[in-house]
Amino acid sequence: MSAPTTGPIGAPGPAGRGQATGGDRLARFAPSAARRRRDRFARASILAGTVIALVPLALIVYYLLSKGLSSWSVSFFTTDPTGSTFFGGSSIGGIKSAILGTIEIVALASAIAVPLGVGVAIWLVEYGRSGWFAQLVRFFVDVLTGVPSIVFGLFVYIVLVVGTGSTYAGYKGSIALSLLMLPIVIRSAEVVLLLVPGALRESALALGVPRWRVIFSVVLPTALPGMLTGVLLAVARAAGETAPLLFTAAATLKTNFNLGGFMNSLPVQIYKDVTSATTSVEHRAWGAALTLVVMILLLNLVARLIARRSRLA
Amino acid sequence: MASVPTADGGRSLLERPPLARLPDRALKYGLTVLSALILALIVYFFVRLIGQARPAFAKEGVFGFIFGNDWNVGAEHFGALPLLVGTLITSALALLIGVPVAVAAAVYATELCPPRLRGALTMLVELLAAVPSVVYGLWGIFFLAPKLEGAEQWLADRLSFVPFIGGGHATIPNYFITGLVLAIMILPIVSAIAREVMATVPADHKEAALGLGATRWEMIRLAVLPYCRSGIVGGAMLGLGRAIGETIAVTILIGDAPRLGHHLVEQGYSLAAVIANEFGEAQGVHRSALFAAGLVLFVLTLLVNGVARYLVVRAARSGGQRGRGVENAAAGGQILADAAIGA
Repeated sequence: MSAPTTGPIGAPGPAGRGQATGGDRLARFAPSAARRRRDRFARASILAGTVIALVPLALIVYYLLSKGLSSWSVSFFTTDPTGSTFFGGSSIGGIKSAILGTIEIVALASAIAVPLGVGVAIWLVEYGRSGWFAQLVRFFVDVLTGVPSIVFGLFVYIVLVVGTGSTYAGYKGSIALSLLMLPIVIRSAEVVLLLVPGALRESALALGVPRWRVIFSVVLPTALPGMLTGVLLAVARAAGETAPLLFTAAATLKTNFNLGGFMNSLPVQIYKDVTSATTSVEHRAWGAALTLVVMILLLNLVARLIARRSRLA
Repeated sequence: MASVPTADGGRSLLERPPLARLPDRALKYGLTVLSALILALIVYFFVRLIGQARPAFAKEGVFGFIFGNDWNVGAEHFGALPLLVGTLITSALALLIGVPVAVAAAVYATELCPPRLRGALTMLVELLAAVPSVVYGLWGIFFLAPKLEGAEQWLADRLSFVPFIGGGHATIPNYFITGLVLAIMILPIVSAIAREVMATVPADHKEAALGLGATRWEMIRLAVLPYCRSGIVGGAMLGLGRAIGETIAVTILIGDAPRLGHHLVEQGYSLAAVIANEFGEAQGVHRSALFAAGLVLFVLTLLVNGVARYLVVRAARSGGQRGRGVENAAAGGQILADAAIGA
């Protein structure tokens, strides 16, 4: 699209309507100086708004890199936090248990949320379609999307901590995160499954293939890359969540491979360091934050690459 | 189908034997049950939450709990008004700051930006959604809040004649800084939905405006913005839902003072922050009061998101064939607004 001016734009000063001579009649249709000024002002404001939107990103990236990189070292990744907050430097320990804890908790959460979410999405697309029950399920999935993450933490606490009379454990944190991931996986998988051409299903069915085999050998393989994108975005979101883990997986200092015990995680470790009364652990918080953001960005990057290679969409 | 030869069981040769039909049925009913479980889960969740919140409601009364202006753990008084007000002030501030910026970014990306830059610009705004809440809290409290403290105090002094907005003694964690960081956090979702809705404006409308001699800004104001109004409002409401439910960044930035702040630059509390901050040590009625706060938060986000979805879906309907993208963006809500899928 080009600028909508029809007359000579070069004419300076209050040119415009009424002043046009017979030579260039079109000039009287050119916007008046006041309108042009308002246009320039509005466009400048919109550009300024866009720049303002990008400023926080630049600041966050800059501070994460400048503060985070300086606390990165080999021992930062290979030692557990010591719990001591009174001495600076290496005596406060690293974030090994937090990294491993995040990976374990999120892996289990994905193992729960992905099969369930894909199952519900298949049902919505292949069986439920636009019936009243499918609409109801869609509505409830949307409700689930809007629930604040801390409320998921409360729910898992009520059912699995109060309900069983036991205490915090890593797998309970996984379940809280999987509730959070579920609506994202369902809605993104549904979108991709809807994109699988109907002709593909119909030709398989016409060959006499039973419906379940059509789903497993035709529909799912076609939709796989697209669904993977949605899954990775859900994983990236779950990995950054703190609130659901606070009173489900709790926090601990030691590296723990048993999902039945207390488990540390990166977001909870950062939260503890930020809210700690002493400031010497601030350093570790920046390093851990940079680690977490790099992990999440990698997941996002892979998701985007897969989305680009997908034949659907 | 009388003409089809039948096997001994009396069924058509073209039909599958009953045993072969079994996996089909199993899959269908299995998946139906799975979907029904999602419904059951949410209903069960709601009932259990009410059950846990009941002692607090019984002690203070539902009305007394929500509108009581006294959150005193020591004296076992639980009136959630300071929390509710903190949540509403910070979320409103987030909308006030975040929505104009988000809409400006969306307008720029869809209407004014050179096509080569469009993809990069969209991606950069969406990167904001990839930053975890706790990192926003970390950045806000250690970088942004100390840097802005002086400016806040200056503004508060200048505006001291305005009740609430001006006056007071600025602290590092306060309502204003919380609202500002929340504005950054809702920016990507509001912007993504605004962009999706703007993409549904028919080119005819825009060309007609330009053809009548409108300047670019007049075209945006007369053809684009009115067409997208309900979609943008819906996107803003989705952002509001996020801001209300946001926990960790708010807990770090709002100061966690259990009283009603009298000035914008003073400390406060929010519904989500009180749960994150106090749940670990809470016992008895206190714990029940925190569940009740969770229930109020849950109902509040349900209402806001319900209205938001209605508006966005309505905007999508009027948007014709591109509408599905908008509906999906709405459904995506907290994902990167399905950006990667739409890409």
